[in-house]
Amino acid sequence: MLWAEGVRHRFGAVPALDDVTFTLPAGHTLALFGPNGAGKTTLLKVLAGLIVPRAGRAGVEGGRGAIGWIGHQSLLYGQLTVRENLRFWGSLYGVRAPVLDARTSGLAARLDLREHLDRRVGTLSRGQTQRAAIARALMHDPKVLLLDEPFTGLDRVATSELANLVREFAGRGEGRATILVTHNVEEGTDLATDIGILKAGRLVELAPRNARSAGQVGARYRELVS
Amino acid sequence: MGGLLRESLVIARKDLALELRTKTGLVSALVFTALVLTVFNFGRDPTAVAALDLAPSILWVTFTFAAVLSLNRAFQLELENQALEGLLVSPIDRRSLYLGKLVANLVFVGVVEAVGLPLFALFFNIPILHVLLPLAAVIAIATVGFVAVGTLLSALVIRVRFAELMLPVLLLPFLIPPLIGAVQVTARLLAGRPLSEVSGWLRLLLAYDIVFVPLAALLFPATVDE
Repeated sequence: MLWAEGVRHRFGAVPALDDVTFTLPAGHTLALFGPNGAGKTTLLKVLAGLIVPRAGRAGVEGGRGAIGWIGHQSLLYGQLTVRENLRFWGSLYGVRAPVLDARTSGLAARLDLREHLDRRVGTLSRGQTQRAAIARALMHDPKVLLLDEPFTGLDRVATSELANLVREFAGRGEGRATILVTHNVEEGTDLATDIGILKAGRLVELAPRNARSAGQVGARYRELVS
Repeated sequence: MGGLLRESLVIARKDLALELRTKTGLVSALVFTALVLTVFNFGRDPTAVAALDLAPSILWVTFTFAAVLSLNRAFQLELENQALEGLLVSPIDRRSLYLGKLVANLVFVGVVEAVGLPLFALFFNIPILHVLLPLAAVIAIATVGFVAVGTLLSALVIRVRFAELMLPVLLLPFLIPPLIGAVQVTARLLAGRPLSEVSGWLRLLLAYDIVFVPLAALLFPATVDE
């Protein structure tokens, strides 16, 4: 579960979040839309503990150790191999050595990375790097996934693979929840159980997706944001 | 405490693995050390000033600037693919990030000093074997202090422009006490004087370590949190 309660934040004189309050129960996937500068990434960073808000509280059940974070960048070290990166990040989350090996192999198989495990990340393609970044985020078996524009720069095949992974993560139950920040209304709506729209730091809509199509969500987004 | 130590070692091992993989920082610092010693060797008039009078200052100026080179890269590593963001989202204690960087920096600077010291003895024709152990101890004590402060400040400047210039500007004033102490003790040692003559300076060097290592670890979280 994730929550935010009266969260306000500003960067200097520029307001970034204005009284954002919501709760995302376990089992839900929230697609968060909004124009550039609406505060989407700031909200994710507040939830992840990267930014301490000026007012209000926000958090994730289970704390930072429960979060799987996929940001704009891969967060991987280009000079280390995929295997070394995965072992490093797993170790930071306290994953023990025998489990590290098993998880590395399992995720490599699931993400089609087996042939690339011993290649340096800096030599991988954008799609391969993104798959390695997803493996990194899943190494500690997180309960919550926070995804910030994960589809950026991916081709259709890689986008579809990533969408399947998010679906698979959400479908595993066990109290898992996901927030997906994206400009891709079609993919976001397709994956979501809930739709959120941020405008100038305010959460102007938070509602279950129900049976709304991507077109309907897109129309509502344009209506609220324009 | 065990967790703090384990996490610190994971960070330090990763930093050293990255350095061994690229060797860019290490080779640069070693070449810099050799060049500075060469310049000082040929840039002085041996008939005007005895080598022994200048040598301690030259040794410490060389070590200090070589260390600044290595300290500059400590957090630069984490800017690649925004790895720092991943470290801050992870559940590790912020202090373990600092301590891990400190350990890696100490190893790095220690290697530079281990290579620089024989070069110094060779260039300035100063016998050091008879005082090698106490000299190594003084170098170690002084290095811990200035690397502790340097590691903290390198995190502080990581998000500012011209970080490479900012670090020495901020760091050098803090290094005045340990540098004066290290030069004084080194001068007495090389002159064959008893250590009892410099017990006050030794106490200063130890006190600097005792105060600044824990203080820097405590202040570090404030330098990386937004």
